[in-house]
Amino acid sequence: MFAACADPKAIEGLTWAMCYLTSGKHQDFYWSFVTVLTLLAITAPAALAMGFAGATAARSHIAPVSWLGKIYIWIVRGIPDIVFFLFFVIALDQAIEYAKSAFVCPATDPSPWQGLEFRVCQAAKVPLSTASPFIHSAYGFVLAVVTFAIVFGAFAANVIYGAMQAVPRAQLETAEAYGLSRSQVFRRILVPQMWVYALPGLGNLWMILIKATPLLFLLGVKDIVYYARELGGSKTQVYEYPHGDWRLYYFLGLLVFYLVFTKVSEIGLNRLTRQFSRGQATSGGEALRKGAA
Amino acid sequence: MTCWETVQAYGLRSIGIGENLLPRSDYTLCQQFTLIGSGMLWNIYFGVLALLFGFVLANVLALAKNAHSPFARKPAEWFVFVFRGSPLFIQFFLAYELLVMLPRTGIPVFGFTIETAWTTRAWAGALLVLFLNTAAYSAEIFHGALKSIPKGDLEAADAYGLTGFQKFRRIEWPTMLRLGWPGYTNEAIFLFHATTLVFFSGFPTLGQRGDALYYANYFADKTFNPFIPYPIVGFYFICLTLIVTTVYGAVNRKLNRHLPSNQRLKIRLRPNLIR
Repeated sequence: MFAACADPKAIEGLTWAMCYLTSGKHQDFYWSFVTVLTLLAITAPAALAMGFAGATAARSHIAPVSWLGKIYIWIVRGIPDIVFFLFFVIALDQAIEYAKSAFVCPATDPSPWQGLEFRVCQAAKVPLSTASPFIHSAYGFVLAVVTFAIVFGAFAANVIYGAMQAVPRAQLETAEAYGLSRSQVFRRILVPQMWVYALPGLGNLWMILIKATPLLFLLGVKDIVYYARELGGSKTQVYEYPHGDWRLYYFLGLLVFYLVFTKVSEIGLNRLTRQFSRGQATSGGEALRKGAA
Repeated sequence: MTCWETVQAYGLRSIGIGENLLPRSDYTLCQQFTLIGSGMLWNIYFGVLALLFGFVLANVLALAKNAHSPFARKPAEWFVFVFRGSPLFIQFFLAYELLVMLPRTGIPVFGFTIETAWTTRAWAGALLVLFLNTAAYSAEIFHGALKSIPKGDLEAADAYGLTGFQKFRRIEWPTMLRLGWPGYTNEAIFLFHATTLVFFSGFPTLGQRGDALYYANYFADKTFNPFIPYPIVGFYFICLTLIVTTVYGAVNRKLNRHLPSNQRLKIRLRPNLIR
C-alpha cells in the first residue's frame, strides 16, 4: 500500500507495524467487520418482520394459522439455536438445489435423495461450480442472513406476542365500543401501544443478536473470527511479515470490539426506552411525568 | 449389526469406551440415535458441573456487586460486564489461546511441577469458561433479585433483632433465591444449550470424542442429509429441557412452600439463546 512497505523484511519498528496493519489481508479483515455490521443491519429488520408475522399469526382466529404461528414460536425454545444454524444452512441449500434440479437436470436422473444421501446433477448446483469466488461467498452470506432471520424471527415473535398480550384489555374494549373493526383495533390501538412492552425484550434480543454474529464463522462465511484465526496464526519466514502465534491478541481485539458494541447499544436502548415510555400508562412513563413536573 | 449391538458398540463412544472407528458407510438410524445420544453425555457433564460451581460463584458475585465498598463492587461489576457483554464463542477462543500459552513443561512450585497440558483439553478448559460465563449471568439474575427483596421483609428482620450474617442467612438469601429462581431456571436451560458450542470453538476433539452436535454434524457432513441428525439432537435437547424444568420446578416449589399458592412465582420459559 505504501512505498516504504515494498520490502517488509528490511523495515522494522513503527514502520513495520504500520505496513503490517495495512497489508492486503488486514484490509480484508477490516472489511469483514463491515460484513458483520451488514449482517446485523439486514437481519434485525428481517427478524422483526418475521417476528411480527409470527406473532400476528399466533393471535389469528383461524385455528391452523394460529397453530402455525405458535409452533414457530415454541419450537426454538427447547432446542439449541446453533442446531438451527447448522440445520437451516444445509436444508435451505438442498431445497434450492432440489427445486432447480427439477428444471435443469435430465428427467432420467434418479431422485436426489438416495437413501440417506443427497446428490444432484452438476447443472443444478447452486452456485455453479464454475461461478466466481465472489458469487460463492455472496451466496453463503445470503443463506446466513436468511438463517439468522428465521431463528431470530422466532424469538422476536415470542417477544412481540407477549407484548401484544400485555396491552391492557380495556384499551381494546374501548376501541371496540367506539365501533372500530378488528383490523382497525389492531392497527390503531394494539400495535402503537405494544412497542413499549416489547422494547425490553427486543433490546435484549438485539444484544443477543450482536453476540450471535461470531457464529457466521460456523456458517462458512469469512467473518472476523475467520480472519482473526488466519492472521493471528504464527507465520514462518516464508511469509512477508513473519511473527509468532498472535491469535490471543486478535481475539482480545474482538472481545473489546464486542464489549464496546454491547455497551453502546445498551446506552442507546436506554434512551429509546425513555422515548417510548413518554405518555404511557406504565411505571416508566409515570416516573418521566413526575420528573418533568 | 443389530440395533442392540450398535448401542453396545457406540453407547459410550464419546468417552472413549467401545468401538474406536466411527461408522463410515451405510449409516442407520440406530447408529445416529446411539452416537448422538452418547455425545449428550458431554453436554450433561459440562452443564451440570458448570451450574454447580457457577451457582456458588454467582452468589459471591451478586453479594459483591451489592456491596458498598468499591473494592468488592467494581471487580464484580467488571467481571459480569465482560462475560455478559461478549460472545461465548469468542470467550472460548480467547480462553483456549490463553491456556495454550501456559508453559508446556508445567509450572514449578516449591520443587513440584504443576502439569498444564490438561488445561487445554475441552473437559477442563471449556468447563472453566462455561463456569465463569454462567456465574456472570446468574450473578446478574441474583443481583436483580437481591435488589427486589421487599422492604418490609428487611424491616421485619430488623425488628426481630436479626443482624449481620444471621439476617442474611435466614431472610436475605432465601428471598433472593426465591425471587431469582424463575430467571435462574432459564439460565440453566440455556447453559445446557450453550454447551453445544464447545467443540465448534477452539477446543480440539480428541479421537473424535465429541458432544451431541459434533456427531450430528459428522453425520450431516457424511450423508449430506440434515433432516435426520439435527432433529435427533433437537429431540434429545427437548428431553433434557424437560428434565431441567422438572428439577428446578421442584426446587422452586420448595423455595415457595411458605406462600399461599396464588402468590407463588411461576417458572416461565424465556428465550436467551446465544450468549
